[in-house]
Amino acid sequence: MKTFLAFVLKEFQHVWRDKRSLFILIAMPVMLMFIFGFALSNEVKNSNIAILCPKLDEEVLSVIEKIDQSKYFTINKMMHNPNEIENYFKQNKGKMVIVFENDFADKLEHDKLANVQLIGDATDPNTATTMIGYAQGIIGDYQKSLLGETNLPYAIQVETRMLYNPQLLSAYNFVPGVMALILTLLGTMMTSVSIVKEKEFGSMELLLVSPVKPIMVIFSKALPYALLCFIDVLIILLMARYVLDMPIRGNIFLLLAMSVLFIFTTLSLGLLISNSVDQQQVAMFISLVGLMMPSLIFSGFMFPIENMPKPMQIISNIVPTKWYFEILKSVMVKGLGFSYIWKHTLILVGMTAFFTLVAVRKFKIRLS
Amino acid sequence: MSLIVKNIVKTYEKGKVLAVDNVSFEVKQGERFGIIGPDGAGKTSLFRILTTLLLADSGEASVCGNDVVADFDKIRRISGYMPGKFSLYQDLSVEENLNFFATVFGTTVAENKHLIQDIYVQIEPFKDRPAGKLSGGMKQKLALCCALIHEPKILFLDEPTTGVDPVSRKEFWDMLDRLKNRNITILVSTPYMDEASRCDRIALMQTGKILAIDTLDNVIGSYKNKVFGVETKHMHQLSQFFKIHDAVHSCYPFGDTLHVTPKDALLKATELEASCKLAGFHDVVIYDLKPNIEDIFMNLMGQNNGI
Repeated sequence: MKTFLAFVLKEFQHVWRDKRSLFILIAMPVMLMFIFGFALSNEVKNSNIAILCPKLDEEVLSVIEKIDQSKYFTINKMMHNPNEIENYFKQNKGKMVIVFENDFADKLEHDKLANVQLIGDATDPNTATTMIGYAQGIIGDYQKSLLGETNLPYAIQVETRMLYNPQLLSAYNFVPGVMALILTLLGTMMTSVSIVKEKEFGSMELLLVSPVKPIMVIFSKALPYALLCFIDVLIILLMARYVLDMPIRGNIFLLLAMSVLFIFTTLSLGLLISNSVDQQQVAMFISLVGLMMPSLIFSGFMFPIENMPKPMQIISNIVPTKWYFEILKSVMVKGLGFSYIWKHTLILVGMTAFFTLVAVRKFKIRLS
Repeated sequence: MSLIVKNIVKTYEKGKVLAVDNVSFEVKQGERFGIIGPDGAGKTSLFRILTTLLLADSGEASVCGNDVVADFDKIRRISGYMPGKFSLYQDLSVEENLNFFATVFGTTVAENKHLIQDIYVQIEPFKDRPAGKLSGGMKQKLALCCALIHEPKILFLDEPTTGVDPVSRKEFWDMLDRLKNRNITILVSTPYMDEASRCDRIALMQTGKILAIDTLDNVIGSYKNKVFGVETKHMHQLSQFFKIHDAVHSCYPFGDTLHVTPKDALLKATELEASCKLAGFHDVVIYDLKPNIEDIFMNLMGQNNGI
């Protein structure tokens, strides 16, 4: 036990004295939260659009007014000639043009049918789709107000409710995503590098020629990084709650317990990598490419897994980050309890046990 | 016997590189045994096999009665090991390194302070300095302290004086002298021939083979051949001349003299000098020399290489 404590103390000293790494460990989650929270956003807000209308009449004006009032759009150009549309998009002045046909009010009044065309810049398909959707919604609302009391003989009324995230805030997706990715990256990379460092500097040679048990070397390595990862979890949660105003709906202790479990999963994976390679750079490369990439692709954070081809969906099951990401979304966003995530928990426990076992088995008691 | 090595063979890259070639020797309890040889002689491989870090391809070895393969964990308890490369934690201070390695071996610095006292007083003024910022000599002293702190029965010192200034080298060997009365067996390797005199017995090693094992005096005494010292202003030309000389076996420069080994031990210095003068080297002075360890090593090496 005393030896174990000496090892843990030594590891903390290594971490504490390497100020640059320590800074990265703490600053990275903060930076990512700010970047995702304020800079990178796929929410449509005050997007520039243009209106093409040969003749402004009363009806057109009131539709335009509605659109301009909405928080989604800002009208920055009024056009009178269809030739202008091309240039508007080319100069990247806005993402959508709403075209009203000639004599809009007349046609609406006499023919009971008037046409509006929505032209979107689909270079970024997601944003274009969202914007078109919002515009359709606003025009639909206007149409409904026109109908007034006159009841149609048949009508299907569509009412939409976005559960758990009515304002469609991206924070609900990226906070769990950032948490899962940061833990995957830091937990795995830092631990793997720290063991491989001992091999590179030769201190592993000294430790081998001593009575210490390999398991002690391994676990003492993991402990300081587990603590740092946990601090990162707290930083992210506090920032989500107080900087991004995102409510944490589920039980906070369940959330923290699950995070601790996932930290152990990533650490065990890091230990496994470090016991398989001899150079820090290789360890870092494997952590980044072999783990970070699949985590980005298969966690469901960036790309929905349901839309992937079947083989990729199956592959996604072996990526631990996916399970933690789902746990986070269930607990944090939906406020679900343990009974909904026991399967995920079991899978993570199984993975951790497996990685640890292999890591301990693979620990070489000799140099080669 | 503290150390028994029998027919150890070690190859790398699936047998392509022969590092240790059928090496056998024994070291007595409390003896200081030096393995002397140039870089690449196989010294480090041999040390790693004996410290249970590597497995030999064939052969047997035991350390204090423990087999290096079967009883490796026992050997790891009783050995002090100092690798050729400085391997302590560079970011930990002198004191922290020492405390850590004491704890690793289940002891404390206070308990075994007497073992390292002589050495530690020299590095104590720097006890708060990170080990990575020590000078080469200081590093070696600290490494020796860390290897000694658990009172090992046997010390493995792999090139402890490589890259250390001459004064620190001498100090280091003086420290090993003081360990003598503690009856700790020491296996030490070095590429410096002059350090052979500080070992009880030496093994000359080259390209994985041991060329000679004995006390330094016996190794020198058993050398049957003669060595001449040759002085001249025309070192280069003369050594070229000796290379094609019928009576000369080998010729190596040592500082400002040439050491020449004749093919026939009966050859006299005056005879050789005469032949040089005949060839136009008028300033040549040739005299008999007591062969030193380097002469012997050079000649053994030459035989080993089939020259």
